[in-house]
Amino acid sequence: MLDLTFETPKPKVIAGAKHDWELVIGMEIHAQVSSNAKLFSGASTKFGAEPNSNVAFVDAAMPGMLPVINNYCVEQAVRTGLGLKADINLFSAFDRKNYFYPDQPAGYQISQLYHPIVGEGEVIVDMGPGVARRVRIERIHLEQDAGKSIHDMDPNSSFVDLNRAGVALMEIVSRPDIRGPEEAAAYMLKLRQILRYLGTCDGDMQSGNLRADVNVSVCRPGQYEKYQETQDFSHLGTRCEIKNMNSTRFIQQAIEVEARRQIAILEGGGEVDQETRGFDPDRGETRTQRSKEEAHDYRYFPDPDLLPLEIEQDWVDEIAKTLPELPDEKKARFVKVLGLSEYDAGVLTADTVNADYFEEVVATGKDGKLSANWVINELFGRLKKDDKDIEDCPVSPAQLGGIVALIKAGDISGKIAKDLFEIVYTEGGDPAQIVDARGMKQVTDTGAIETAVDEIIAANPDQVEKAKANPKLAGWFVGQVMKATGGKANPKVVNELVAAKLAP
Amino acid sequence: MTDLNTLTLADARDKLRAKDISSEELTGACLKAAEASGALNAFVHHTPDVAMAQAKAADARIAGGDAPSMCGLPIGVKDLFCTKHVPGQAGSRILEGFLPEYESTITAKLFDAGTVMLGKLNMDEFAMGSSNETSVYGNAVNPWKVDDRQLTPGGSSGGSAAAVAADLCLAATGTDTGGSIRQPAAFTGTVGIKPTYGRCSRWGVVAFASSLDQAGPMTKTVRDAAIMLEAMSGFDPKDSTSADLPVPDFEAMLTGDIRGKKIGIPKEYHMDGMPAEIEALWADGRKMLEDAGAVMVDITLPHTKYALPAYYVIAPAEASSNLARYDGVRYGHRAKLDGGDGITEMYEKTRAEGFGHEVQRRVMIGTYVLSAGFYDAYYNRARRVRALIKKDFDDAFAAGIDAILTPATPSSAFGLGEMKNADPVQMYLNDVFTVTVNLAGLPGISVPTGLDKAGLPLGLQLIGRPWEEGDLLNTAYALEQAAGFVSKPAKWW
Repeated sequence: MLDLTFETPKPKVIAGAKHDWELVIGMEIHAQVSSNAKLFSGASTKFGAEPNSNVAFVDAAMPGMLPVINNYCVEQAVRTGLGLKADINLFSAFDRKNYFYPDQPAGYQISQLYHPIVGEGEVIVDMGPGVARRVRIERIHLEQDAGKSIHDMDPNSSFVDLNRAGVALMEIVSRPDIRGPEEAAAYMLKLRQILRYLGTCDGDMQSGNLRADVNVSVCRPGQYEKYQETQDFSHLGTRCEIKNMNSTRFIQQAIEVEARRQIAILEGGGEVDQETRGFDPDRGETRTQRSKEEAHDYRYFPDPDLLPLEIEQDWVDEIAKTLPELPDEKKARFVKVLGLSEYDAGVLTADTVNADYFEEVVATGKDGKLSANWVINELFGRLKKDDKDIEDCPVSPAQLGGIVALIKAGDISGKIAKDLFEIVYTEGGDPAQIVDARGMKQVTDTGAIETAVDEIIAANPDQVEKAKANPKLAGWFVGQVMKATGGKANPKVVNELVAAKLAP
Repeated sequence: MTDLNTLTLADARDKLRAKDISSEELTGACLKAAEASGALNAFVHHTPDVAMAQAKAADARIAGGDAPSMCGLPIGVKDLFCTKHVPGQAGSRILEGFLPEYESTITAKLFDAGTVMLGKLNMDEFAMGSSNETSVYGNAVNPWKVDDRQLTPGGSSGGSAAAVAADLCLAATGTDTGGSIRQPAAFTGTVGIKPTYGRCSRWGVVAFASSLDQAGPMTKTVRDAAIMLEAMSGFDPKDSTSADLPVPDFEAMLTGDIRGKKIGIPKEYHMDGMPAEIEALWADGRKMLEDAGAVMVDITLPHTKYALPAYYVIAPAEASSNLARYDGVRYGHRAKLDGGDGITEMYEKTRAEGFGHEVQRRVMIGTYVLSAGFYDAYYNRARRVRALIKKDFDDAFAAGIDAILTPATPSSAFGLGEMKNADPVQMYLNDVFTVTVNLAGLPGISVPTGLDKAGLPLGLQLIGRPWEEGDLLNTAYALEQAAGFVSKPAKWW
């Protein structure tokens, strides 16, 4: 397997009034499992349905109703675990997390506290060419989502929509290996990228299908290294958990302000209380949601309605065979096999759709680097101008590959290629045919170009005299020749001929 | 001709198939008996329209030559089973007005087998109780009585036991979490079997303690228990704890031949202070089985004394979580709120009004034993005890024991109201012989074998190997034959 080597980034350091401080961050990411049905019922998971229309009896916790595991959700969790190079636990079990809330109909959430389905894995978080952070995954467990309470429809009552209640979530828990706000955002985006590659979560953060609880603490330089050596948390500061964030921009802001809040407390001689906090983006501050004293006692215990989840290694192996090439591997292959820069490879592998498009361009264009330039600079630029996605791109990969092939063969110049791209983009058509039909082919026939050069020289004797005295003026002749040939003359050949003819 | 409602399932079935009687006649007789049974308070909801429609359909099936096992046979259904569009409250105020939109798997199976439903039967609230006195409907009354003293029919399936004993129906469904089928059966001179955990689907049965709850039939005879259990049993993909195993023809296994069977007598079931009558009953039972050719073996189940405490940790723990859904948000009772009350007040007032004292006690115990800092000391320790109790039975069966004979209850039926001011643990002691079976997930059956000196019925319990209800029923059948118990309560209601 191909691997890119990388260096570890420096942790974010915040200068307090008295000392420097480092950040230590761990994240719990809730990813909605891509599945048509809920985790324990056959009800639809479709977003945007009428309130309380996607609700099975068990989702509403009607008396005597029982959960039955949706095997597809289990498969998706296993696939995710494999994608994060994690241990798959052939034995896992469901526990009840008990608490009262109107959008939690049973009075408990079915989760996996004691025996999660996925164990330790890792995510490589790219922080720039050659720089990346390895973030360890502690576990992934399957659990139910809650419904939604609506408090703004009536002055006296709240309403509850159970459409989301019982939808499968994967909670992906990292170790405290993230060392700054930018890394936290990059971690979330990298995880999103992997989940989208795997097809196990659509990563739609706006709809709340991917959201994070962020644990933040600060420590003095050197302490984190002690923690890493011993895995002893006492070397680290007290953490606060910032709940339910679904924007990487807010995650960065929240971490920054939370770290500064903690530093101010510590430098003022106080102690940070371990608690749950919420981020208010309007005021740019985090606020207490639940203190340690108010923390729920969830009274976890094994759910007696469900047998332990026992899966076979053979089944896991079958799933492993269906895994796509993942972003890190694809990026390494683009660099090592197709000769791309790490930056370009990173851009092209950000999303499978882009990467697939690019690979099809290469299939026709037969030149990785040239194809990458054209996809990233011309195509993406043009799409951005029109505010279009690659899915709505009017130019097929074969068309763009055709243009690349024409450039590579020397049939058209870079400048003509841009005109050709615009024609294909707006009018469509086969690039080679367009070039033929519209006479856009580059002229490399030295005889024809020489005739043109001779004509220009003959018509401009004064300029010839000046150019002979000052060779820098030769450019004027090149320009005239290009103009006379409609830009189709091979510029290299023109340059050579003009230089030879004007030689003193 | 005898009153049709006094027939057994087997006799009524044969008469229906022979076209001696119709299901309409039979059902009519039961409905009449049920309507006239107000003093027993066994039925909490009558469904005569449903019953007559089902009876008509059953008669048509019989006429058409399609008479499945329970075709045309009228039964009562414990209020814990959800039956579509029929009120179901699990004996609790908190489910006031609840009308299920679904049919429990067991009642659906029974209906598919042609069974006729007469109505819903009284029970302790959420099946928590041993006397039927925790019911929101008031207690059912035992048709057996001594002088003018009214007695409990037992619990939690007290309404089912009373209705079967008083011939208000031919049989009834029950559920058993710690003895709720077997104890009332023993108190009323009827037969009740709790099958192996996983034999009968729990889907649509209101949950008390999910890892212990099992439904089963309550009948007049062992043969009837075999017929009805077969109709109730079978794999249900909607219940993850249901077993995907074939259901044998239990009735065909009733040969009465138990020669060479090894029956264990566990010494730990000789409890201190146990009435001499119970000891004598047990000794009689031992003799009967021995006379029938069984080999009686003294065995030990060493962890028996820890069963009741473990049960009263595990069952309330699961109950506290299972009953969290009754919050007034979606269905059932919701307390009237004062201005300014929020969601917390709604929960507190609704649950304080909706749950009776015993349910509240168990929810609190369950919440306590699961709470942080106590989980290992109580819940996890109880789970370890449970594993040891199961191992006791496994060891006995591995040593060649086929069934185990014990008393079903430590006494005959006690007076209503008698335990009112007693320590709740006194009431819990009713389950002392039965909870082990639930903790180990085994099948257990209560068979009436005699009367005490006051003339009240007493029962013995037989415990079988897992999934071998057929063999267990056959042993029970042999005991029933030997005991020849035919007494009936004198009608006073």
